[in-house]
Amino acid sequence: MITPLIAASTLPVLLAQTSGGTLVFPEQGSDFASAVDWLFYAITGISAFFFILIVLVMSYFVVRYRRRPGHEVEQSPSHNTPLEIVWSVLPGFILLGIFAAGFKIFLDIRRVPDGAYEIKVSARKWSWAFEYSNGLVIEDLHVPTGRPIRLMMSSQDVIHSLFVPAFRVKQDLVPGRYSELWFNATKPGTFRLYCAEYCGQKHSSMVADVVVHEPAEFDLWLRNEIDKTNNLPPAELGALLYKRQGCAQCHANDENSQGKAGPSFLKTFGTEQKLTTGESVKIDENYIRRSILEPLAQVRAGFQPVMPTYQGRLKDKEIDALIAYIKSLNSK
Amino acid sequence: MSDTQHQTAAAHVHGHGEADYLSCATGWKSWAFTLDHKRIGVMYLVAILLSFLAGGVMALLLRLELLVPDKLFLSEDQYNHMFTLHGAIMTFLFLIPSIPAALGNFMVPVMLGVKDVAFPRMNLASFYLWVGGAIFFLLAVVLGGLDTGWTFYTPYSTTTNTSVITASLGVFILGFSSIFTGLNFLVTMNMMRPAGMTWFRMPLFLWSLYATSIIQILATPVIGITGLLLIAERSLGIGVFDPARGGDPILFQHFFWFYSHPAVYIMILPAMGVISELVSTFSRKPIFGYRFIAYSSIAIALLGFLVWGHHMFVSGQSPLAAMIFSALTFSVSIPSAIKVFNWLATMYKGSVSLETPMCYALAFIFLFGIGGLTGLFLGALATDVHLHDTYFVVAHFHYVMMGGTLIAFLGGLHYWWPKMFGRMYNENAARIACLIIFVGFNATFFPQFILGSRGMPRRYANYDPEFKFFHQFSSFGAMILGAGLVMCAAVLVHSLFRGKRASANPWGGSTLEWKCSSPPPHHNFDWPPVVEEPYQYDHIIYDPNERGYIEVEHIVDEFEDATEPVGH
Repeated sequence: MITPLIAASTLPVLLAQTSGGTLVFPEQGSDFASAVDWLFYAITGISAFFFILIVLVMSYFVVRYRRRPGHEVEQSPSHNTPLEIVWSVLPGFILLGIFAAGFKIFLDIRRVPDGAYEIKVSARKWSWAFEYSNGLVIEDLHVPTGRPIRLMMSSQDVIHSLFVPAFRVKQDLVPGRYSELWFNATKPGTFRLYCAEYCGQKHSSMVADVVVHEPAEFDLWLRNEIDKTNNLPPAELGALLYKRQGCAQCHANDENSQGKAGPSFLKTFGTEQKLTTGESVKIDENYIRRSILEPLAQVRAGFQPVMPTYQGRLKDKEIDALIAYIKSLNSK
Repeated sequence: MSDTQHQTAAAHVHGHGEADYLSCATGWKSWAFTLDHKRIGVMYLVAILLSFLAGGVMALLLRLELLVPDKLFLSEDQYNHMFTLHGAIMTFLFLIPSIPAALGNFMVPVMLGVKDVAFPRMNLASFYLWVGGAIFFLLAVVLGGLDTGWTFYTPYSTTTNTSVITASLGVFILGFSSIFTGLNFLVTMNMMRPAGMTWFRMPLFLWSLYATSIIQILATPVIGITGLLLIAERSLGIGVFDPARGGDPILFQHFFWFYSHPAVYIMILPAMGVISELVSTFSRKPIFGYRFIAYSSIAIALLGFLVWGHHMFVSGQSPLAAMIFSALTFSVSIPSAIKVFNWLATMYKGSVSLETPMCYALAFIFLFGIGGLTGLFLGALATDVHLHDTYFVVAHFHYVMMGGTLIAFLGGLHYWWPKMFGRMYNENAARIACLIIFVGFNATFFPQFILGSRGMPRRYANYDPEFKFFHQFSSFGAMILGAGLVMCAAVLVHSLFRGKRASANPWGGSTLEWKCSSPPPHHNFDWPPVVEEPYQYDHIIYDPNERGYIEVEHIVDEFEDATEPVGH
């Protein structure tokens, strides 16, 4: 076990300067990453030193003083107060150093600089929604490089946690309050974003991408995306919202409903469906509208009442577009 | 040297005039209604081992599922139910009662030199409360399962439609079981110590259980109250934790960890006590720095109450609170380090014998070393932000809870097995099992540190393919670990039927339990034993005729050459 420990402590230090991650870390995507990794390797070095020391001393004593014919217990003191005080106090100084370094970097992680670019994050079982100042809502996080980004985060149902390993940041989203998180992305690319706080059935699917753009490219992207929502015909806008608003996490748009928490939209409009109450209902415009705004009012048989409400989160035009999209799936 | 000379010189072994506790009464009622702490300890032992088996099988199924990134044979719901039950069973039904209620129940009165605990009826009640709690857990499984994680975080736990109320009641009942055991030990050690058994003559295992009992009594009521609040929240909608009703979901986390962090010390302190006994006995040396070890147990118990907030660094608590909890967390690591240094110093110039219990003790120092040191990464704020809720945390607490508590439990079990059941197990087979467990354990959990620092979140039924290699490594390790545990169990069970009779003191232990026969008589001692300093080995010498150690009252000169301990 010592070999991997050494590998874990020395090899990555050499590799950390190069791009593309190391044995123990994903690549460094924010300017916190180098500080956090530095502290990690420092603690690893200290730990490895003491651990190897302990194991070597232990092994030496086992061999040197092993019970065997002719070997006697030698007299040695049963306590030594100065020695014991030294080995109690000395690690204290090292620990103080680790604590101080951890706290200092933590304050940087927590202190949001003025003028940061703000993006609203909304989490619900089991998808993310990122909302930009121009009204664009989208399922993946897009940010520019070289500019502090502040995420204003809230949860609509249970506790979630936004975690971007490449940025070394994580923050819980708690219902009923805002939490914030900031970072400064250093290189363009696509990184993974996970929900780190267990949130139920599809917790492990509550994953998104962070797409980091060059600043100019980011502005262009933002304009293009919002233009799409303004100019598309309803059914196509619905198809876009189906992805962006997180519908796709739980509702299939084809036959393959495996692993989905909700019913498929395919060829469902106009059909009669059973509800959990035993009644049946016709899937028409009003049923879809009500299911979006009051999802727990009429739950279809065979499904759990888990859908979050979209009340106040979708405009009438967008609800119409989603209805048009679901209708369009009948002719597919 | 003739046998008669031995007899005249050997100290009295208690219990040859009375039937041992296993055969003094028969029939199921003699077990079900027994007030004998030893029989209650054995019933606890059987019960917690069955729980460990159930939790362990679940762990293996979870690891099997994680062989592939997508579904292998468990749906997401099944996976979530299973990791919840694995955690809840291992924590509440196995780890918390493991050493105190099974080994401690058996050994506390014997090591203290008394006939029983202070409140034998309460002791039996504790066991039946445990059974009651276990039944509620079973009921929870039958009535729709549980998918909240063992941590029951609100508002998920107040909104899921699984049987949270039944499981919370189970935790509530198990809490009382734990309180009863702690209270019993505390009163026993305060009030019943025989003449000569001063505080600083108590074996360190007893000191560790004293510290544990303090935590059990002070912290456990909090989880009981929290469980009741959770039940009230779910059934009456009182709104303590629900933000829509003015409550605060984070409050639940404070309540939960105010118990559950000290509970970590309920699990590890007795383990450290066991290791102190093992290292001293198998080195034939007085424990180094007895007082520092004793005080460090108490220090851990008290400081352990002040660090709960380190589970919540990214929950939204203020940087000031985070700073205080981080600083206190580092302070609690010092008493643990002291113990490790003292164990090493005890081996210095000793006569170290690698019998199975000592192999477990050495494994403990190795694994607990890794478990403790990786705690530094999580106590430091900046690194915790990245590592929190990843597999790094999973690996860390398995190194502490399984590499620490379970390994110490197995070490203690092998150490006291001959005393409890009067049989010796196959030494070599038991050592091989220990080695397999050690290798399998590291293969299972070391890769999880890397998974975690690379960003793999915990409690994921499916995962990104980039994590596949380390997950598979870990799963294969788990198979080895499982095989080692099966072999360990087989060796012990085999010994019950085929094992050689154990002598009163097969290892050369110096504490009082080795002064009565194996297994001990119903009343432990024929008369109150004479209590001297613990951990003195000069007058305990190996006697080949006994296949164990005997205590001589006066070391006669000519004895010394012939009876030198040479291992066996």
